[in-house]
Amino acid sequence: MPYRLLKFALSRSHPEPRMFRAPESLKKSYDVVIIGGGGHGLAAAYYLARDYGITNVAVLEKGYIGGGNTGRNTAIVRSNYLTPEGVKFYDKSVKLFQELSADLDLNLFYSERGHFTLAHSDATLRTMRWRAEVNKHMGVESRVIGPDEILKICPYINIECGGHEIVGALYHPPGAIIRHDAVAWGYARGADQRGVEIHQKTSVTGIEVKSGRVTGVHTNRGFIETNKVLCAVAGYTPRITQMVGLRTPLIIQPLQACVTEPLKPWLNSIVVSASLHLYVSQSSRGELVMGASLDPYVVHSERSTLDFVEGLCGHMLDLFPFLSNVKILRQWGGMSDMTPDFSPIMGRTPIEGFYLDSGWGTWGFKATPVCGVSMAYTVAKNEEMDLIKPFTLARFEKYDLIGEKGAASVGH
Amino acid sequence: MKLIKCPVNGVRPLQEFLYGGELRPMPDAQASSEREWADYVFNRHGEPGVIKEWWYHIASGTWFIAERDTLKDEFLRTYLYSQEQPK
Repeated sequence: MPYRLLKFALSRSHPEPRMFRAPESLKKSYDVVIIGGGGHGLAAAYYLARDYGITNVAVLEKGYIGGGNTGRNTAIVRSNYLTPEGVKFYDKSVKLFQELSADLDLNLFYSERGHFTLAHSDATLRTMRWRAEVNKHMGVESRVIGPDEILKICPYINIECGGHEIVGALYHPPGAIIRHDAVAWGYARGADQRGVEIHQKTSVTGIEVKSGRVTGVHTNRGFIETNKVLCAVAGYTPRITQMVGLRTPLIIQPLQACVTEPLKPWLNSIVVSASLHLYVSQSSRGELVMGASLDPYVVHSERSTLDFVEGLCGHMLDLFPFLSNVKILRQWGGMSDMTPDFSPIMGRTPIEGFYLDSGWGTWGFKATPVCGVSMAYTVAKNEEMDLIKPFTLARFEKYDLIGEKGAASVGH
Repeated sequence: MKLIKCPVNGVRPLQEFLYGGELRPMPDAQASSEREWADYVFNRHGEPGVIKEWWYHIASGTWFIAERDTLKDEFLRTYLYSQEQPK
């Protein structure tokens, strides 16, 4: 291997296969333009090409693919939601994730760990029983367990938890983690192989709308004609909807995460505590990947703060006191596009040909495959797939909200 | 540590404050249509820029208005609602 590496370094060309092409220029027009080269946008491109034969598609990414929230989340996949609409939708996503490595012919390191949401009070246990019953009814494995069983599965937890005693947990065995950037790269390769163009470092500067219809997109590299635009940009959504004059309930709040130095494997499960505002899992590299709740106010920035690490680590030590000598390796932030009901905003909009895949707040990564499937359907047929009909922008006008706050991993 | 200037109590740390969201003039509930009312209830100024917001100083129970740049997270002015004046 070192010899091969040396030869590669000295070689004038770079013979390693590329995951996708880098087209030099934009075409004059595309059938579909997807704004945002994250997991959602690339998955939509992949399924548009694979399932509907729509290959004259451009994915425009202002930075590099997977560099936004796709690469900034804590890579947790689960479906133990609260509403039947939500459970059905995320369950489909989990099932797609389970087969995704084979589908994309790329090892995504999908690793089923079991997902615990700890309860520190009777009130929390009540919501968990409710969630467990909805989950079971929808055919999703989920149950409430007591402290004994928690200790059997994860013996390192401090049940007294610094005064916030653990009284039970919602246990969701299919909960998993996956290499999140590989998901983006796998979809990118699959889409590229089928003819989709991926344009990195291409930012959208305006969207042309004539008599209520999308006619084109202005970018920093020129104008593109198109009748269909899919906006899949998470925390940047309000900047794009502003270009077409669309008002939405989205507000942007930062969500932060961090990892420790690598440790030997000791934590098999994904552990979440709403009361302590934290979630943690151990990656295949051995790092503890940790996240907390949202920053408490609107900021359009991916900055990270000392307050966050201090707060998070304090609670981590309540749960796992023996980690006191472990160091934080790095921390980062992402921008969450929050909705009032903690459910996404997907589908058509009042502007013909402008489709939204947004409102992904703190729960977007786990929905990547199902968003790809359902948005590809929506764009191809100009009609929402049944699975996402409850999530349209129009639900707010009808006061028909899908309250998922109770299933958010931590009390935001 | 992030510092915010409360118009009554002076400069205090962020931890002493709660965020109250964007300042939004309420339309006439009787005269507005369902759609206009839903727009008021749900829709927000989501894009970055200088916006007027409600903030609350917990220790003293003071609600006040802040003009803040949400891209840079910079407080430009803070004042009591009753002191609000057209620029």
